[in-house]
Order: sequence, then C-alpha cells, then structure tokens
Amino acid sequence: MKVGQPKYKTSEEVDFVIIGSGAAGGILAKELSTNGFRVVVLEQGPYLTEADYTHNEIKVLGEDLLTNHPKLQPTTFRKTPQDKAKEQRAVVYGRSVGGTSVHFTANFWRFHEIDFIERSKVGAIPGANLVDWPIRYADLEPYYTKVEWEIGVSGLAGASPFDPPRSKPYPMPPLPVKSSGVIFERAARQLGWNPFPAPMAILSQPRAGRSACMNCGFCLSFGCEVGAKSSSLVAAIRVAEGTGRCEIRPDSYVHRIETDARGRAIGAAYFDKDKNTHLQKAKAVIVCANGAETPRLLLMSANAQFPNGLANSSGVVGKNLMLNSAAISMGVFEHPLNDYKGFAVSRILHDFYELDAQKVGFYGGGGLDGRFDATPIGFALNGLPPDTPKWGSAFKKTLSENFTRTMEVFSHGTSLPREENSFSLDPELKDAWGLPALRLTYKDHPDDLKLAKWLNDRSLELLDAAGARKKWSYPITEQEFAVHLLGTCRMGNDPKTSVINSDHRTHDVKNLFLCDGSSLVTSGRGQPTMTIEALAFRAADRITALAKSGEISA
Amino acid sequence: MIDELSRRRFLSQAGIGVSAAWVSAHWPAMVAAATHAHQAVQSGTAYKFEFFTPAEATEIDALSARIIPTDDTPGAREAGVLYFIDRALVTFASDDQQKYRDGLPELQSQVREKFPGVEKFSAATVEQQDELLHAMEPQDEKAPPRRRVNSVQTFLEALRVQTISGFLIDPEAGLGNRGGVGWKLIGREPEHSFQPPFGYYDKDYPGWQPAQKMADKK
Repeated sequence: MKVGQPKYKTSEEVDFVIIGSGAAGGILAKELSTNGFRVVVLEQGPYLTEADYTHNEIKVLGEDLLTNHPKLQPTTFRKTPQDKAKEQRAVVYGRSVGGTSVHFTANFWRFHEIDFIERSKVGAIPGANLVDWPIRYADLEPYYTKVEWEIGVSGLAGASPFDPPRSKPYPMPPLPVKSSGVIFERAARQLGWNPFPAPMAILSQPRAGRSACMNCGFCLSFGCEVGAKSSSLVAAIRVAEGTGRCEIRPDSYVHRIETDARGRAIGAAYFDKDKNTHLQKAKAVIVCANGAETPRLLLMSANAQFPNGLANSSGVVGKNLMLNSAAISMGVFEHPLNDYKGFAVSRILHDFYELDAQKVGFYGGGGLDGRFDATPIGFALNGLPPDTPKWGSAFKKTLSENFTRTMEVFSHGTSLPREENSFSLDPELKDAWGLPALRLTYKDHPDDLKLAKWLNDRSLELLDAAGARKKWSYPITEQEFAVHLLGTCRMGNDPKTSVINSDHRTHDVKNLFLCDGSSLVTSGRGQPTMTIEALAFRAADRITALAKSGEISA
Repeated sequence: MIDELSRRRFLSQAGIGVSAAWVSAHWPAMVAAATHAHQAVQSGTAYKFEFFTPAEATEIDALSARIIPTDDTPGAREAGVLYFIDRALVTFASDDQQKYRDGLPELQSQVREKFPGVEKFSAATVEQQDELLHAMEPQDEKAPPRRRVNSVQTFLEALRVQTISGFLIDPEAGLGNRGGVGWKLIGREPEHSFQPPFGYYDKDYPGWQPAQKMADKK
C-alpha cells in the first residue's frame, strides 16, 4: 500500500510525532490525521505487508520476522531489585508496522466495571500497589464500541451473563465454532458454567475492503495474508495514510525525546536504517512504544533538567509492571478436532472474572478459553504429553495421533501491580545501537500464582467433564518472560504516584503524551489489547480537544 | 501443484473477499517455492552439499532417520530432512555450525567406545544406534518454553529440532517436508484455507443457543 503518504522533512515541525505503530499508535495516527493534523509515525521495525507474511515457522518463530530480535536487542532478567540481572530473552513484542497487533491471538475482551475500581472494592492487598483508575468503565464504553465497529471485532452481544453494559451490538457475528469450542461449550455447561462465543478482532464477514478469515491455521504469531485479522496496519494505518496527512516512517528507532529550556518536548531523535541519527521536530510527542519500550525511552531521555528520566518526577516510570497470570492445560480426544484449521479461540467463559477472596483465599479473577494455537513444528516440539519419548517410532506415533486430536484450555487472569516489578535500563548490557538494554525485574505476587493454579484446576475439571482421554498441564512457575507489558507508566490524578493524567498527558511535560499498555492501572483479566485500543481512541479525542483549544502549544 | 491450483481457485472463487491482487502478488512466489523444494530429488544428479562433506551427510542422514524413522509411513529421509539441515546450517541456523563440527566427531568416538569394531554411527545396527542415542539423552531435562523455536544447547538437541523442523515445515517454504509427507503423517491438510465444519466435534453443532433456552428444552 503505502499510498498517498506525504514526506515531511525532519526539520519541519509537524503537529504530532507518534513513536510506535502498534495497537495504540496506529489508532492515534488514524484519528489525529483524520482530524486534520500532520502526523509522522516512527516505527523501529520494517514496513511489512500481507505480501511479506509467510507460514514459514522458521522465519517467523525462529528468525523473528515480526518481533524484536534477541541478538540485536538483548535483554536481561532478575527476580528482585537486589539481584544482579542475567542476560536472557525476557520480552517479546511486535516489531514491524502494526506492532504486536500483527501477530496477536486477537482475543478482544472488554474490561469490566470492576477492573477500574477494584482497589475501592477489595481494599489494600499486602505486597501490592493496587489503585483505582482515574476513569471508569462508563468513560471508556463509547470507545470500546468504536474499536468494535471501526477496527473490526466479531462477537455476540448478550451471550455472556457477566458482560458489562454496551451501547451497541457487535458489528459482525462470531467466527464459526471450532471443535475445541464445541467441546469447551458442552463441558462448561455440564459444570453449570456460562460459555459463550469468543469476541475476536478477526473479521467473520468481509468488511471495509478486507477479507473474512479463511481459516488458514497460521494465526497466533503470524501475520494475516488476507487482512482478516484486525491489526492496526490494516484497520487503522491504511486509513491514516488515506488522509494524505500521515507519514509512516519505518526502520526508525527512536532513542531520545529532546526537550528545550522550557522543559517542553521538541521532537524525537532516531536512528534510520543505516544508523544515521535524525531529529523529527513536532509540536507534541506521543509515545506508543509498548509497556517495555515506552519507559525505556523516557529513562534514556534523561538530561540535566530531568535527571531521573523524562516525565519521571514520580519515580514510577517503568514500575508496577503487570504481565497477567496464565496457565495452560492440554487435552487429547478420541476423534480428530482438526483444530489447526482456523483462528485460535471460538469459546470462552467469564464465570470466574471476579472471585470472592474470602472464599478462595486470594485476590484475583480471570477467564478461560478453549483453543488450539500451535503450528506443526511448534506442536511437535512443545505440544505433546510430557511422558512422550523425544524421538523414534513412539514419538512419531504420538505426534501423528495427537496433532489433530489436541486442544488447550487456556486460563488468563489478573496480575497485581508491585512496585519492584519493572522495566529499567541495564547498567552494563548494550544493544546493537549502543543503547542500554532492557532489564526485566519480576516476581509474581503470591496471589497471582495461587490464582493461576486455581483457574488451571477449573481447566482440568473442564477437560475431565469433556471426556478427554489424556490431559496434562504446563507447570505454573514464576514468570521470567514478558508478553503482556502493562502498567509501567500508569495513569492517575496524583503526579506523585502516576506518570500520565486521564488525558494521557504526562504530569511533567505538557506536550508529551503516552498511550499503550504502559497506561493501564490494573491488568484486567488477561486480554489487554481491546482496552489499549479503546484508550487510544479516547486519548485521540482528548488530545484533539487540547490541541484545538491551543492548550498544547501554550 | 494440484494443491496450489485448487488453492488458487479457491481464493479466486470462494467469494469471501480475498482480493485478486493478493493472489497475483503471491502466485509467482508460490510456484517458485514449490519448484525449488523438489529440485534436489528430481534433478537426478548428485546433490551438492553446502555444509556437509558426503561422509558427514551419511552420518546426519542415519541420525535423523532414528529421530523420525521410516516405518510403515515416511520419515525424515523421505521428507528430505538431510537437505533441509544442510541448507539450514549455511543460512538461518549458521549459529549451530560449531555444534555439528564438534558434536559429530564426539558422537563417533562414543560409537567406537561403546561398540568396538564399529567405526561410525551409520555402520552400527539400528538397535545399537538407538541404544547410543538413549544413553546420550539429557537426564534432567527441563520443560522447554512454549511457542518459540527453542534455542538449544547440544548437538543432538539441535539435530532433533532441525530434523523435526525439516519434517514439518510448510512445504511451500521450499525447504523441507518434501512432498508434504510430514503434514500427511500428522493429518495437517495441505491447503491454507478451510471452511467449517473443521472436525468431528463441530460437524453436528446445532448453532449457538443461550443457556436458558437449552434449559427450557430439558
């Protein structure tokens, strides 16, 4: 595509420079350019499109075609701030135009009312830094609806008794049910639970010039060749490009936000493909680089005026990281499910969204989904029962029987924010550009692990009720690898304890805005992208209003 | 090629909104990949290895044939795994070259130690080969992380991952899984578009009904 794009000079002060083209950056680019502003989007990854996506597992999973590269961008991990971090792969995120929304599962759950007011409801939790949001579900509801209609979400309104109120039904019916979905639905009903068709950001019908899902079976981790998966590339960035006011500049790795003597952002400094540096000037800067790279960029932008990093007078930039708790159980059935066909998830349930802490003995809640998301090589390496031989005829026999007969019950749940859990700059390790590597510090709150185990027990119960002939679970252990990157520049009214206000404007720098997973105050129940996109639509409205009233440039 | 033709026909005619532009953009690549995948065997002349010496190739072939043996169904040999690994080691898996350079001679010395008189792995009986591989299996293996093609430590583990990859990679990538034998074994149909019903359990699904209505029926 890439049609109709203007080419702005770096010296030309555009209205907005947006850093990152993922779920939030794509939507902000679409909204702000549609509202008449001149926008430059700087994306560290390449501009790949449908023609570049492939079902080659080696390229996608082995060579990180669509994701951050562990060799160019090494990372470190430690459990607590007292430990010395060791180099290991600690984070994965999308690194091409469209960001992680190119390769995600596309589970699109709204947050519920409780997610915004949980602190008030459950009180203080020892060892956690749980707080309420400065906004409520009702503030975000119109924007959830906007995501469903403008980005494209398939689902069935009213199918779950636990759903929060909504102003409009889904724009499209749910995707077809898979065998895993039928098994999940029947077993869950047998247990008295309330399964329902999964809301997915994948088109069940052609829409806005995009194809419906053709069920190719290479969904999670892969880009969609027919534009059915509602990535920000196909659903937002192409609209932004169509305005003639938005330039998408790929292979542009931002390493610093520059400020002037008044403490205002003047633009973003970045490396181009050949590692030459440029400064794109802008009236305002919006960082949508994800919950790991956004705090990293603020910390790397420290200067004499902002010695602890930009927008970090509170000291909480990078902290309160939440990864979502998760557990997976697998079941093997008598007949072929052929669940490799299609997208990952067709049935979910929210009966355990809000558990009674008095009864279960820990804080938290979550949801279950029935799915299959493995591709052939990945399945052979990691999807067989643990007692299967690793090679030889017995391995081959189990592989040949199980690939079509296996499904997963995946449970997703809350993570409590803990100040010690963070992304920060590694003091020693550098990336291929000479910049400080990301350092992950993470130790799950004990309640998060109890929750994961409790939910996984429900998954096993479900597989029993479904008559699985074999079932097993992956071990539930403390997390050392980050996929959902949430809470690291949290939103709040108090500049002492939060980084941005409810307009996504940083408390410290008037023309600097942040919007992505880092903005989240609580973790939700494991499917954050829908909320990140709703926040992006809302932020675009807020930022437009501020810009039009002259508030940003004042 | 028949699969490719039917896929193309499906894409053009199914009326699910796939653009003709997408098909024409992909078509040359699809043909090229499918053709490349079959060249090694169909040329009839000796394959020119890029990494292995012919002697090493014989050993790797024997090893990968124990990981995915040929029994009543095709195995690593029929999928052309040896050629996949040879190519892998000079392209995307070049980091593993040293593991092979060090690991293979080490394995051979273990063969000679364990079975005096047997000079190399490929000369051992199948039973001896399996015994040796069992003896070399790691004892305290941790569960591998999910979803990524794992980074591996040892020669044999690298060989296992690459044998499985060469057996099961999308045949259209033109690298391995020759003739789609790997996908045939696991029951993965070769097409890249499907319509429901997908499997046994969804074929008689009556359509979504709210729980209350289900209860009313009882």
